[in-house]
Amino acid sequence: MIFTDYLFYLFSGILVLASLRVITANNPVYSALSLVLAFFSAAGIWLLLHAEFLAIALVLVYVGAVMVLFLFVVMMLDINIEALRQRFWSYFPVALLIALLFIFEIYLVVTDKFFSSSDPAGIPLEKSNTHSIGSVLYTDYLLPFQVAAVILLVAIISAIVLTMYGKKSHKAIDPKDQIKVNRNDRVRVVKMKSEKKK
Amino acid sequence: MVTLSHYLFLGGILFSISILGIFLNRKNIILILMAIELMLLAVNINFIAFSHYLGDLSGQIFVFFILTVAAAESAIGLAIIILIFRNYKSINVADVNRLKE
Repeated sequence: MIFTDYLFYLFSGILVLASLRVITANNPVYSALSLVLAFFSAAGIWLLLHAEFLAIALVLVYVGAVMVLFLFVVMMLDINIEALRQRFWSYFPVALLIALLFIFEIYLVVTDKFFSSSDPAGIPLEKSNTHSIGSVLYTDYLLPFQVAAVILLVAIISAIVLTMYGKKSHKAIDPKDQIKVNRNDRVRVVKMKSEKKK
Repeated sequence: MVTLSHYLFLGGILFSISILGIFLNRKNIILILMAIELMLLAVNINFIAFSHYLGDLSGQIFVFFILTVAAAESAIGLAIIILIFRNYKSINVADVNRLKE
């Protein structure tokens, strides 16, 4: 075994333990923090596979943005954990059976001789990983790249629109009401006699 | 020696752990969303392992797009969770049954 093999077993052990902690933690905050740990060790495994750009993107996008969003939402909501954990383990036997069956099937498939190649074909290393991804992404995959950008735009707009309406907590004036206003609502002419000089 | 099947088996274990998580946390929408993120991570590990061992960069491009779509999905999902909490004062899946009436 060479050094990277030990690294693989270390990272995958941490990954499996952290993901088990994600699904069994009492508090959703602990689940979110364990998911951060799982993403970090997955980024380590991706580094072992020479996918440097995606490993850094995973840490930046997931740990930096998505998991912080998760933590914000989990901490903002007032969750009654006891009600959510009623009969938590009641489906455990059948779920464990399904999971073990799934792992067994995957084991049967991946122990095939086709998957046991230990010498990677490898992507030629004369260019950096980011360089080679960029040269493919902006040529062959240009249209999917634009579609991904549109998907992100739609996600921004829909997330804002979904959460914007609701209880009004700010003091801004509705533009609709501003336009509808007429003179009599705002100006009142008061007739009064002029006062005399003493 | 670590082979391709090690990485694929790791992806399978991760995927079945998240299936188990969806079964256990079937009342908690936030945990279900986190289990879906773990499933996407397992799929991404498979893609990158194939990309490395077959010498084809397309797998990494696919992971790039999956990351994009997953980020959009979790943002919208969390917005929907906030709406559910605002309307029902809980995030229990069993409480969200107004369409039944």
